[in-house]
Amino acid sequence: MLNDVTFGQYYPAKSFVHSMDPRAKIVFVIAYIVAVFLAGNFFGLAAVTLFLVIIVAASRVPFGRVLRSVKMILFLIIFTAILNLFFYSSDVDHLIWQWGIIAISWEAIINMVFLAMRLFLLVMGTSVLTLTTTPVALTDGIESLLKPLKYIKFPVHELALIMSIALRFIPTLTDETNRIISAQKARGADFETGGLIRRAKAMIPVLVPLLVSAFRRAEDLGDAMDARCYSGAKGRTKYKKLTFTWRDLVGLLLFAALIAGVVLLNMYFGGKFAVFDWIAGNFFVG
Amino acid sequence: MEAVRFENTKFSYRDDGKDPAVNGVSLAIEEGEFVAVLGRNGSGKSTLAKLVNALLVPSSGKVFVCGMDTSDEKLAFEIRKSAGMVFQNPDNQTVASIVEDDVAFGPENIGLPREEIGRRIEFALDAVGMQAFRHSAPARLSGGQKQRIAIAGVLAILPKIMILDESTAMLDPKGRREVMEVIKKLNRERGMTVILITHFMDEALQADRAIVMHRGEAVMDGAPEEIFARSDELEMYNLTLPRAAYVCKKLQDAGMPVKNAFTAEELAEAICASLQRG
Repeated sequence: MLNDVTFGQYYPAKSFVHSMDPRAKIVFVIAYIVAVFLAGNFFGLAAVTLFLVIIVAASRVPFGRVLRSVKMILFLIIFTAILNLFFYSSDVDHLIWQWGIIAISWEAIINMVFLAMRLFLLVMGTSVLTLTTTPVALTDGIESLLKPLKYIKFPVHELALIMSIALRFIPTLTDETNRIISAQKARGADFETGGLIRRAKAMIPVLVPLLVSAFRRAEDLGDAMDARCYSGAKGRTKYKKLTFTWRDLVGLLLFAALIAGVVLLNMYFGGKFAVFDWIAGNFFVG
Repeated sequence: MEAVRFENTKFSYRDDGKDPAVNGVSLAIEEGEFVAVLGRNGSGKSTLAKLVNALLVPSSGKVFVCGMDTSDEKLAFEIRKSAGMVFQNPDNQTVASIVEDDVAFGPENIGLPREEIGRRIEFALDAVGMQAFRHSAPARLSGGQKQRIAIAGVLAILPKIMILDESTAMLDPKGRREVMEVIKKLNRERGMTVILITHFMDEALQADRAIVMHRGEAVMDGAPEEIFARSDELEMYNLTLPRAAYVCKKLQDAGMPVKNAFTAEELAEAICASLQRG
């Protein structure tokens, strides 16, 4: 059964990154994204890459595991790269080949590599968050970070509870789905043959009972929550408390250094096409 | 002191009050009693349970829990603190993905401070013998273990009364035994009032008192042995005797002079005694 599949891609391990506060990690991922977009030249991206390698090493997640997260969007990366290669047209100085509106230039190639690297780094970096943080901890972190929104009557507690209950019911409903599929197969349902539309149609006899049973479960759960004195966020305390530790402080300093570093590299080396001047300056002197 | 009192309680799921699920029940349950409520499907036994917990409010008549009137909405919170309820399907009453978080849910709701919640989790998991699973995921536990976690979740609120609404119905024999052991221990050692809704006659034998429900009415009320001795009446309500009691009755009908026995051990002894005499 699918019972052992944990939702998401959490990689259980004991590491520096795993034991950081989920709130800190969420903020750091945002800082990381900012750094990736701030980086204006290859030196900046190299700095971010180096930083990512250090973080992954500190998280004790195998590097292949992190790379696997890119697989899902590999198609997207290749697709945007090809589009960029053929249709890049602003301030081209080093044209290689042209046919109508389709053109390849050195600028396009550099731009393509730059964009692909950026996407690559974005996905890898954010996946470190989901690899090292359990969905429950993530929910707690989001709830805590959204707390200020309570003052504008935003239902933070309710939203977090909905999220954690949804996570909690994933294995239960996966089991249920498998059970229904088996039951329908036993009655001669066919899920494997036919085109996309036919297969989608074959799922209807699975989805309807699943939906009905989900509603029944929801009603039961409501009763059970009532019976355990649930009455909304009011007067409720929380058992688990998130605490910042020295690890989060170290993280804060590291990420501040990353952003500062990227900004400095931008100022010192210029934009991504500055590489032409650098090549010209070093190899074609005179 | 009385833990629960029904006063001519009626309840109908329909707005016009027709086909009442509970139809004029009057009875009292003392503190520390272990009561089994028996009845076939649709006899109103689960409705009776929900009336105690104020999940349902009587259409007419009254229900008092520890002296509190369940029809008073302001008291619902206090009533639920006094009367905890465990349901049938263990999967549908777990709110969290980790055992200790789930047990903490009740204490969090009643607004206890963190340290106290920690102590309650410890106590509740200890009482059901599940300390080793404090950090496990409920999804990976067996049915009996999940149901023990559900009991712990209720225990952590420290209720005076524990209602189990067919809580063993979905379990295998081993899980059923585990849960029954926990319930009996709570009743014996902590003097907890237990109301066990069940259709397993063998479970009813372990209670101090059995109440038989039929079409919304409490038709039989007494010690389980006394109830099972009236097998003809039970048959009228579509209930069967516990297996040993059934064999015993068949032997008596066939003319063997065995004493009334309800469990396998008692029956074995009764047969031996009868053979020695004969």
